[in-house]
Amino acid sequence: MIEAHHLTKTFKDKKRGVITAVDDVSFTCRPGQIYGLLGANGAGKTTTLRLLATLLKPSGGHATVAGYDVEREPEKVRAQVGFLAASTALYGRLTAREMITYFGRLNGMTDAAITARIRHLATELDMAEFLDRRCDKFSTGMKQKTSIARTLVHDPAVMIFDEPTLGLDVMTARAIVSFVRECRNRGKTVIYSTHIMSEVAKLCDTVGIIHGGRLVAEGTLPELRTRFGEQDMEEVFVKAVGGEAALAAALKN
Amino acid sequence: MNLHNIFTVYLKELKDTLRDRRSLMSMIIIPTFVMPALTFGVGKIAAGVVSKAREETPAVMIVGGDDSPGVAAALRQDKKLKVVPTAADWKQQISDKKVRAAVLIPAGFEAGLKAGAADPVVIYNYDGELKSGFAVSELEKFFRDLRDQTVTARLAERALPATLVKPFDLRRENVAAPEKVGGNLLGGIVPYLIIILCFTGAMYPAMDLTAGEKERGTMETLLCSPVARVDLVLGKFLMVLTGSLSAMLLSLTSMGLSAMAAGMMFGGGGGAKLAAAAMQAKAAGTAMPMIDPVGLLGVVGMVLPVAVLFSAVIFTVALFAKSYKEAQSYVAPMVFLIIMPAVVGMLPGIDLNARLALVPILNLSLVCKEMLSGIWHWNYIVLIFGSSCVYAAVALTLAVKMFNREDVIFRA
Repeated sequence: MIEAHHLTKTFKDKKRGVITAVDDVSFTCRPGQIYGLLGANGAGKTTTLRLLATLLKPSGGHATVAGYDVEREPEKVRAQVGFLAASTALYGRLTAREMITYFGRLNGMTDAAITARIRHLATELDMAEFLDRRCDKFSTGMKQKTSIARTLVHDPAVMIFDEPTLGLDVMTARAIVSFVRECRNRGKTVIYSTHIMSEVAKLCDTVGIIHGGRLVAEGTLPELRTRFGEQDMEEVFVKAVGGEAALAAALKN
Repeated sequence: MNLHNIFTVYLKELKDTLRDRRSLMSMIIIPTFVMPALTFGVGKIAAGVVSKAREETPAVMIVGGDDSPGVAAALRQDKKLKVVPTAADWKQQISDKKVRAAVLIPAGFEAGLKAGAADPVVIYNYDGELKSGFAVSELEKFFRDLRDQTVTARLAERALPATLVKPFDLRRENVAAPEKVGGNLLGGIVPYLIIILCFTGAMYPAMDLTAGEKERGTMETLLCSPVARVDLVLGKFLMVLTGSLSAMLLSLTSMGLSAMAAGMMFGGGGGAKLAAAAMQAKAAGTAMPMIDPVGLLGVVGMVLPVAVLFSAVIFTVALFAKSYKEAQSYVAPMVFLIIMPAVVGMLPGIDLNARLALVPILNLSLVCKEMLSGIWHWNYIVLIFGSSCVYAAVALTLAVKMFNREDVIFRA
C-alpha cells in the first residue's frame, strides 16, 4: 500500500531559481494493483518515485509506504520496497551472485536465507548460466535479470519501477513487463512510471497523468477514455495535459 | 549506527577495490615497489654523481705569478689539481665550465712574502657549481698550507714555539648513536614520503567509491537499501582509510627491508649488528643511515589521525563530483596543498613551537623529524596528536553531512 498526501518537492537551481518538481501530488496504490505514473520527460515522475523510495525527502506533504512514514522511518520503508530504475546499475566488478548477496546482507538477511533465495530466483529468472560471472561483461538482458533479482532478494511488499524499460531491446523490455505483471499477481503493490503509452494500456489498473509536477488526471483506463472522449491513450494523455501547445511548452523547459 | 552494516559495506568495498586496477596501483604496487626503488635509486644516482665529480681532477688556471715561480711550480705538482695553460679569456672559460677555477697570484707575491706581507691571492670560481667548488677547496687548502708553512718557518727563525700562534687544538667527535644520525638525515624525507603516500593511497579508492559510483549509477542502487546513510558513509570511509594506511605501511615495510638488505650488503653484518654495520659502512665512505625503530613506531602512531583526516577530506571532495574525471580534477591539485607544508617541514632550521604544532601536516612533518632523531617532546606530541584528532573528527563529520545532502548525492 502506498499513500501520498499533498507530496511536494522543490529544488534550488542556480540559474532558474526555485523549481517545484512535484507539486501537491496525492494518490493511493493498493496491493495487487499496478498504478501507472504517465508523464513526459521532466514531468516529475522520477522525483515522485524517489520521494516514495526515500531517496529524497519531501519539502511538503507526506507519504506512507507499507504503513511506514517516508520521513520518519525511511529505513523501514526501504526494507519494504524494491526499487528498479533505468539508472540503478550493478557493481561491474562483482559477480551476479555477489551482487545479490550484498543486497541480501544490507537487508539484514542471514547467509543461509540469502543462499536459498538466490537458488530460487536464479531458477525463476533463468540465471544459472551467468550467476558467477562479473556484471561488467553482461548483456543488457543479463543485467536486467540481475537487477530484478537484486530488488527481489528481500521479497518486498512494494515494488517501485522508474521507467525500467528505458533503452532496452524489445525482448528484454517484454520480459520486464511480464515480470511487473507477475509482481501484481503475487499481491504486491506496484507503482510504474513511463512515458510509453502502450505500456500503460497493457499494464496499469489505475493511471495518474503527471504534468509539470502536478497530477492532472487520475482514473482507470476506461474512466479516462470516457472523461476525455478518446479511445487512443496518447490522445487521452495530450488532452489531459492541456493540449499539444502546453506539452511542447513543458518539454522546452 | 549499526556495526554489522558498516562491516558489510566495508567488506564489499574491500573486495570491489581489490579488483580495481587503478586503486591497486596506488594502494599496493606503487608504495611497495616504486617508492623504495625511487628513494634508493635517486640516492644512488646522487651519490654516484658526487663521487664522479670528486674523481675528476679539476682543471685550474694560474693568472699572473710570473715572478713567483716557486708557488706556480708547487701548484703544478699538486696531484689534486690540473693546471692548464693560462688563456686570456679565463673568466669566460670558467663560466663555460671548461675550467673549474682560476687563481690570481699578485705581482711580487714571493718577494712580498719574504719581506713580510704579500698582496691577497684571489680565487675565481663558478658559485654553486659542484665541481668548481671542489677546485676551490683544493686551492684554498693549498694556500692555507702555504700560509701555515710560512708561519712555522718564521717561528723557527725566531726560535719561538709553535704554540705561540696555535695555543690549542680544536677537534669534533660524534657521540650520537648511528640511528640518531640516520634520524637527522632521513628525518626530513621519511615524514614527507609518508604524508604523500597516505594521501595518494586514499585518493583512488575515495574517488572510485564516491564519484565513480555516481557515474556508474550504483550509488542510487546502494541508497535503495535499508541501511542508514551514516553506515554507508562509515563503511566506505573505512575502505578509503584502509587504502591510505596500507600505502603507508607497505612502503615503510618495504623501505625498511631494503635498508636492512643494503646495510647487510655494505657492512656485512647481521640484523643485530646493523648499527655496527652502518658505522663500518660510514667508515668505508658509503654512509647507510639507520632508522630508529621506536621513532618509526611513533611516526606511524602520529600519522593515524592524519590518515583519517586525508581520507575524510578526499572522500568529501570526491563525493561532490559527478564523475571520476571531475573528482580527479578536484583532488589532484590538493596534492600540492599537502606537499607544501610537508616540504617546509623538511627544511633544516624550522623547529616545533606551540603555534606550528597546530598547523596540520606541517606539525606532523616536524614532530616526525624529532621522533626519528630520538627527541620526544611529549607536550608537543600530545598537542599535535590531539589537534590532528580534532581535525580528523571535523572532516569525518563533514563527510557524513555531505552524504546526507540530496543536492550532493543527486547532483546533476
